[in-house]
Amino acid sequence: MGKKRFNVTVDRTICKACGICVAFCPMSVFTTDHDDKAVVSVPERCTGCRQCELLCPDFCITVVQVEETADG
Amino acid sequence: MGKIHEKYLRMDKMPHIWCAGCGNGIIMGAFINAIDRLGYDKDEVAAVSGIGCSGRITGYMDFNTIHTTHGRALAFATGIKLAKPRLKVFVFMGDGDAVAIGGNHLIHACRRNLDMTAVIFNNHIYGMTGGQFSPTTFKNKNATTAPYGTTDPDFDIAQLCIGAGATYVARGTSYHARLLTDLIVKGAEHPGFSIIEVITHCPVNFGRRNNFESPAQMLLWQKEHGVAARKAKTMPLEDMEGKFTIGELYRSTEIPEYLEEYGRVIQAANEEKKQ
Repeated sequence: MGKKRFNVTVDRTICKACGICVAFCPMSVFTTDHDDKAVVSVPERCTGCRQCELLCPDFCITVVQVEETADG
Repeated sequence: MGKIHEKYLRMDKMPHIWCAGCGNGIIMGAFINAIDRLGYDKDEVAAVSGIGCSGRITGYMDFNTIHTTHGRALAFATGIKLAKPRLKVFVFMGDGDAVAIGGNHLIHACRRNLDMTAVIFNNHIYGMTGGQFSPTTFKNKNATTAPYGTTDPDFDIAQLCIGAGATYVARGTSYHARLLTDLIVKGAEHPGFSIIEVITHCPVNFGRRNNFESPAQMLLWQKEHGVAARKAKTMPLEDMEGKFTIGELYRSTEIPEYLEEYGRVIQAANEEKKQ
């Protein structure tokens, strides 16, 4: 059984650059861009704890588990 | 946005107007997660709110919603529940709305024990009107109306509600979002008046005046100062100084629910009519 992988997306159009996801992601998946909005920089580190999804006040972040394919 | 948001929110009203990093959005997210877990149909849920930043929540959620007058959300909700007992009634109020302007409605709603669930957004400030101190602003904290710090002691909403007779009282925070969902689910399932006080943060009107540099720092404060009620029982009193308990604080099933009691009045009146 391989490591579970997750697809993390940020809707930049509704992100208000509050910095909560950047501060609370335990795996430091997020960084910020020139507008201080969240960017998914290292998605492969995501463990799927969904802390970002729960704490994003604007519901910009979605975490979806990637379906494992036969060839991995 | 996830599928759950698209299901329960009015997407044409998004994005909401709450400030960057505001805890209200986190509470709304926790609430729709709770409704999803409870499996309620959208048409059987009634959401009632008062005035203030928290009051905006009813505009954003796709249930039967009503945005009422300041402090009177519980009065409107009482009317809704008595007229349509099949509805699951949820009330949203801010700290000023619930314990200052609507303080009387709150204690009497607790006393009656009507089957509703009230969620109080306690951000310790009047955010929408520009940062005046509220009954829950901590002593010595700054506000626009207290530039040298407040002199008033703060209200403990949960203890007030227990004293007034609410039969389910819990406290959560916007940081502990998973716990908050659990508490809302338990409050909704409890047959009687349930209060969930949510310690949340106003990064603009409270945070900026009280040395919090960011919304994240305010969430961290909640993480560090919220102590699980079960753990607090074993902690020495001095360690609890400046901290608050979170989780289920009080539950009673001994006090009769108001609709049941009122049902007897309806029955008696009907019998008299027959004679």
